[in-house]
Amino acid sequence: MNRLSILKYDLVSIGLYIGLVSFGLINIYSSSFNGYSTSLLDLSSIVGKQIIFFFLSLVAFIFILFTRNKFFDNSASIVYFSSIILLLGLFFFGVERGGARSWYALGPISFQPSELAKFGTALFLSKFLSIIQTDLNRNRDILIVLTIISAPLILTTIQPDPGSALIFLAFIFPVIREGLNLNYFYFGLYIILTLLLTLKFNFLVSLAILTIIFFTYLIYLRNKKIKVSLLKYIFSFFILISISFSTNYLFENVLEQRHRDRINLVLGKEIDTSGIGYNINQSKIALSNGGFFGTGFLEGTQTKGNFVPRQHTDFIFSTIGEEWGFIGTLTTIVIFSFLIIRIITRADKQPNHFRRIYSYCFASLVFFHFFLNVGMSIGLIPSIGIPLPFISYGGSSLLIFSLMFFVYLNFDSSRLKES
Amino acid sequence: MIRKNLLIWITVISSLIFVIQLASLQLSGDSFNRDFAIQEISVYPERGLIFDRNGELVVANQPMYELIVIPENTVEFDTVQLSNLIGIEENVLSERISSAIKYSTKLPSVIQSQISKEKNAYLQEKIWLFDGFYLRKNSVRDYIIPFASNVIGYTGEVDQKDIISNPYYEKGEMIGKQGIESYYEDRLRGVKGKRYFQKDRFNRIIGPYNDSKKDISPKKADNLTLTIDIKLQQYAESLLKNKKGGIVAIEPSSGEVLTLVSAPTYQSNQFVGQDRSINFQSLLNDTINKPLFDRALQAQYSPGSPMKILNALIGLQEGVIDESTSFTCNAGHYYARNAFMACHNKFGTISNLRKGIYNSCNTYFAKTYKMIIDKYDSPSLGLDSWSKHIKSFGLGDYLGYDLSIGKKGFIPESNYYNRFYGNNRWSAATTISNSIGQGEILTTPIQMANFASAIANRGFFYKPHFVKKINNQANISLEKNITSIDKENFEVVINGMVDVVERGTARIAKIKNINVAGKTGTVENFILIEGEKKQLTDHSTFIAFAPAEDPKIVVSVFVENGYWGSRWAAPIASLIIEKYLTGNVERKWLESRMINGSLLAEYEKPYKFQNFTINE
Repeated sequence: MNRLSILKYDLVSIGLYIGLVSFGLINIYSSSFNGYSTSLLDLSSIVGKQIIFFFLSLVAFIFILFTRNKFFDNSASIVYFSSIILLLGLFFFGVERGGARSWYALGPISFQPSELAKFGTALFLSKFLSIIQTDLNRNRDILIVLTIISAPLILTTIQPDPGSALIFLAFIFPVIREGLNLNYFYFGLYIILTLLLTLKFNFLVSLAILTIIFFTYLIYLRNKKIKVSLLKYIFSFFILISISFSTNYLFENVLEQRHRDRINLVLGKEIDTSGIGYNINQSKIALSNGGFFGTGFLEGTQTKGNFVPRQHTDFIFSTIGEEWGFIGTLTTIVIFSFLIIRIITRADKQPNHFRRIYSYCFASLVFFHFFLNVGMSIGLIPSIGIPLPFISYGGSSLLIFSLMFFVYLNFDSSRLKES
Repeated sequence: MIRKNLLIWITVISSLIFVIQLASLQLSGDSFNRDFAIQEISVYPERGLIFDRNGELVVANQPMYELIVIPENTVEFDTVQLSNLIGIEENVLSERISSAIKYSTKLPSVIQSQISKEKNAYLQEKIWLFDGFYLRKNSVRDYIIPFASNVIGYTGEVDQKDIISNPYYEKGEMIGKQGIESYYEDRLRGVKGKRYFQKDRFNRIIGPYNDSKKDISPKKADNLTLTIDIKLQQYAESLLKNKKGGIVAIEPSSGEVLTLVSAPTYQSNQFVGQDRSINFQSLLNDTINKPLFDRALQAQYSPGSPMKILNALIGLQEGVIDESTSFTCNAGHYYARNAFMACHNKFGTISNLRKGIYNSCNTYFAKTYKMIIDKYDSPSLGLDSWSKHIKSFGLGDYLGYDLSIGKKGFIPESNYYNRFYGNNRWSAATTISNSIGQGEILTTPIQMANFASAIANRGFFYKPHFVKKINNQANISLEKNITSIDKENFEVVINGMVDVVERGTARIAKIKNINVAGKTGTVENFILIEGEKKQLTDHSTFIAFAPAEDPKIVVSVFVENGYWGSRWAAPIASLIIEKYLTGNVERKWLESRMINGSLLAEYEKPYKFQNFTINE
């Protein structure tokens, strides 16, 4: 058996990965370009730093490729619990940036443990779900899964970095995939719908809509002659009503004003182009300025004028949109969807449960980042500080996503070699 | 299976939603204002210079300054101090600032324009105290020689109407408002250029946009050379001082307007600088003197006796009279039963054509006119033939000269009288006033000069015009307008006109060694005072050209309420001719009488609300 046989790797995904990172570097260069041409290899520049992390990732690549996948199985709990400890440690040793204690700083290098926690959770969750005794119809196991996911989620929320914490909800997808009752998913969707309706309109409107949906569903079930426990449905209906009823209270009293503003903007209840809506509005201007073909590399006026804040990190998509136009954004979206779907379909072929669930976790994480980041940049989702995987500037993010990707490659090649 | 493909479906659906949203953002055109990133600055070429026919610089440009504000860049400041500094009321200042904010908080707006060089020097030292305010240099007109303002006109800031009718203009830009400045606006302004600058989100310019590749350089403006002789213009304006009326002098061989005076008038410089609007209001409010009304182009008067010349020519052309035709005048005559037209000629005067002209005999031309009309089967046919002849001299027409104001005048046709009296229920006698230039006919001074020009040329005229050259290139091609009168009919009439000056009604217009041909006019006129028609002192008018054998200049002078023709109009015309042809005026006594003579007392009469006497 030749371990180096190159055909045993997912070459298409490797190509897409390199493509995305390079495209990211180009756009980071452009969005941090100040009019003076600096060398790409100037390691003090933003692009230079990102390139260092890219090389670090590639070094890790070599190691990971030669690692037997049993190693990841064994180290899953270590990675998970050390990341939890690191998250806890933030409250004592963390550095505060932008209002949140979410960084460790060691000289010039800073590190965000919530990124590591994504990797750890992916591994540990996969490990737990792959245990043969685990049964997602058992309340005890559901509770354990809930705990695995909510531990980093809660720790990140109280940093406070609710945006990054949201990412851990991505792990709901592999749990559903592995057999969680779909009703939980539907119920979740129903809750989100309730919240949105109540916020957009008011309690009474949402009550009316919910009632209509609920009774339509009941009639549908009756016609199909599906026997259901009516009591359970009525109970959940009342939960939804109470959620709807309490939404405004939660919205007004639990959320901070900045969160309220962001949500209102997306719901179209507020129009503001200079204050809180500034980021998203400027991002939209940059996008529309790009048109079909884009303004060209280094030619984006909105990018050059630094109109979009955080444009090399969370709002990098607006730079892509301005300088590379609709062609650029369309290509980016197609590549991400293709990559996500490719990972999912290849994961499904995995005979090994652990490797399959991990790959699925990874695909879910990429999707959730992609969904929230792009959705926010084009004004469909409230402003949340989430990086675009492989593309946004940020060492921890690039390194962890690269590591996770390489582990996926390792798992995938093992499958090919075994078959 | 839902479970297995759930994430795939969610990925596909969200990607589709993203693509739709992106398409609507990126492919819909310009739904978002991106002015904030690029600052467009217009670069204006210097407005074209204007020279007189002899190459003397008449209009140039001078630097002026504007106070600009970018509202977003301001911090709290002392409005009282700033308004004192600029010299405007505090509430005016805050009004302008709030309208600037309404226009845009990020784009520059003009707070005060037309700040002089001296005031700018003073302001520059203080303005740094006010963040967001700065002074911008621009260029405004400098009317170096303060004459011919009614020809040259003036410039002003574009108004809403200009912006709507021509998208070239933007708020705060200058446009020619009147005269040559307006008519030749496209040539004088050139084409503005554009420079683009990249701004950052703090609204600061951080450098040229796109390496200035998109910048458009301005197109140079054209310089104009007028047909006006500014020295002659100045002289003519001095002659009309304290009088109302108009003077038009034309070079008949080309139609070039040498002088066009309207009195009283304004000065173009009144429209430059901070006092512009005050000056404009006071000019506009002067409804008695109407300084903005160009009497040479817009005032429609009855032409008076100069009309007799045209009737003589038509009589000759129609063959109803000849050189030797004589009529007897009995200090007037009965042109119809119980209808007597008086004449200043003595009882029993027998005049041939020449004498009729130089003595300006009403009887002679009334009879000639009657014969012209009666030659045809009906008065309608006769009058229409007459009116066609008259119109071939450019009367009753705008003439098409290169200034945008003017009046058509009025030459009656048969349908006018038919409507008034009924079809052919009128006769030559009914319209007899036409023979002596009273009645319905209306002409402007430039039309008078133009028909005199056609006579001087013995049968044709060129369109009067005001611009000789654009950038040293001849402006217009000359088109000969030929009158309906044959060349040979002119000589006898011109001889009569020479006699007018030699021995007739305008002997005062005689110039040593130069044959002047002319014709006086004394025009009755009326005014409505509180609904009551009152006669005022006659207008004094005169047309002339010289030298009669090879005319170099045609002059038409109209002096409102100056009484008879040779009292004001003839001497003024004569002085202008002498000045133009010899460069010097020998008759100083006449010159000073004209310059110092004032008709102001005459003009005040109707406004004193008491009875007054006329023609004294």
